[in-house]
Formats: sequence, structure tokens, C-alpha cells
Amino acid sequence: MSNCDETLEELQRFLDKELPDGMLQTIQTHLGACTDCLQAFEFHAELRTVIARKVRSEEMPEGLIDKIRGCFGDDLTEEKP
Amino acid sequence: MADREEFVEQAMQYASHLYPVALRMTRNRSDAEDLVQETFLKAWRSFSTFHEGTNLRAWLFRIMTNTFINNYRAKQRRPEEEGLEEVEDLYLYRRLNTFDQSRMSASAEDQMMDLFPDEDIREALEELPEVFRMPVLLADVEGFSYKEIADILDVPIGTVMSRLSRGRKAMHKSLYEYAVRRGLTQPPEGNGRTNQSTIN
Repeated sequence: MSNCDETLEELQRFLDKELPDGMLQTIQTHLGACTDCLQAFEFHAELRTVIARKVRSEEMPEGLIDKIRGCFGDDLTEEKP
Repeated sequence: MADREEFVEQAMQYASHLYPVALRMTRNRSDAEDLVQETFLKAWRSFSTFHEGTNLRAWLFRIMTNTFINNYRAKQRRPEEEGLEEVEDLYLYRRLNTFDQSRMSASAEDQMMDLFPDEDIREALEELPEVFRMPVLLADVEGFSYKEIADILDVPIGTVMSRLSRGRKAMHKSLYEYAVRRGLTQPPEGNGRTNQSTIN
């Protein structure tokens, strides 16, 4: 069973889904038993979701899609609806 | 080699992925538009080097980051580009500990959506020196793996990990400072583990 310091050390790799299987289980076991660590992990997971949502919410300017289609050459754009 | 028409269709669907990241890279809309267009133009021209079965999204992001580095970086380079102060682990989390942890899972996302306005997220990201900003965008917005980011940016995996870690911590620190500035939370008294702040 890992301790809190060892668990928090792996927070990033855990959230990035980059932990090797064995270690993943160790961390999950600890999180199942330790509310403090679980809260820290949940906080960072939520934070990441919020950051991603906010960055992705930027809409493409009107006309960009057409300009991009233009990059592909006339032969293909003519075939598209 | 993939069929050209199919390639165009598949590539097009990633435009909405590329643009928001381009915007945070270039920090302005007109450069972001140009960068995305240039990316697709290069993708089209180097279509013959794309092999079916490889990750098209990663391939497009690689073209875009290379284009950005070659064409846009020079005119935007900031003096602090290489440096980034060290930030302690869990900096933001420890200071926001009154963030009603007991109700975390149910409403945490909504609370955070309010606590960190779009503008703050944008500023915190754009303030990051580019070598840190790019891996953070690729991982946290696009969800690329360390290996994919290493390939996209042409750096070792260990470098990706350390830049991600430092970049995220610096970003979290900025977010905290902005929240304090806006009065959305209060600076902790004493050791940063007090219960003085309110979030609403």
C-alpha cells in the first residue's frame, strides 16, 4: 500500500492515463481508502475538464472552413456539395 | 497511401480541434486562422507522405506546431521564453481548500467554470512560455499521450513530462492569482490551509 506522498507524486501520470498497470492498481487502492488524496485527484481531474472545455469553446471564424477547403485544390472542392 | 478525397474529409473534421489550439499558440485570431490554413495546405501538399493507419490528428498537429515554430515564433518571442519559476505541488488545490470539498463531485465543475472565467484560462495559458504551453495544450486540451506529444514536438518523453508538470503548476498559480485579484477567492491567512475564503 502506497502512502499519500507517493500517491500524490503520481497524480499527473494517473490523470494522463500513463501509469503502468501495476502502479495504477496501487494508486487506485490508495484512493479507495484515502479521502484526502481522492479529493486532490478529483479536483485536478475537474480542473482539467474545465480548462479543456473553455479552450475548445472557441468557435472557428465564419469562412475559415471554406478557406480550408480552398487549400485542397479545385478538383476536389468542385466535387463537394 | 490513403485515398485523397477520404483524406480531405477526415482531415476537415479536425479543423475544429486545430483552431482553438492555434489561437492559444498564436494569441490572436488572424494569425490562428492563417496558421490553420497553412497547416491544411501543407498537409495537402505532403499528402503522399501520410500513411493510412497512422494517427491523422497527431500528424496534423505535428504540421501545425512545426509551422508555428518556424513562422510565428520568431516575431513573438518573449524575453522570459526559457525560464519558468518553480511552483510547489498542489499549489492551487491547497489554496482553494475551502472549495467545498464535500460537494466536490456533484457541482465542482460548475463551481470551477465560474471561478475561472474564460478570460483567466486564456491568460494563464498564453502567459506560459511556449515550450511549456505547447505540451500543456496538446495534453490537456487534445488529450494526446506523452509519446504522441514527444513525436509532435520532437522532444524526448521525459522532457514532455517535466514541461507538462512545470507548465501546469505555473498555470495553476496564475489561475489562483487571478481569482484572488477578482475577489473570487481570498488569499489565505497564515499557511494557506485556513478556511477564510468563500466561493460563490
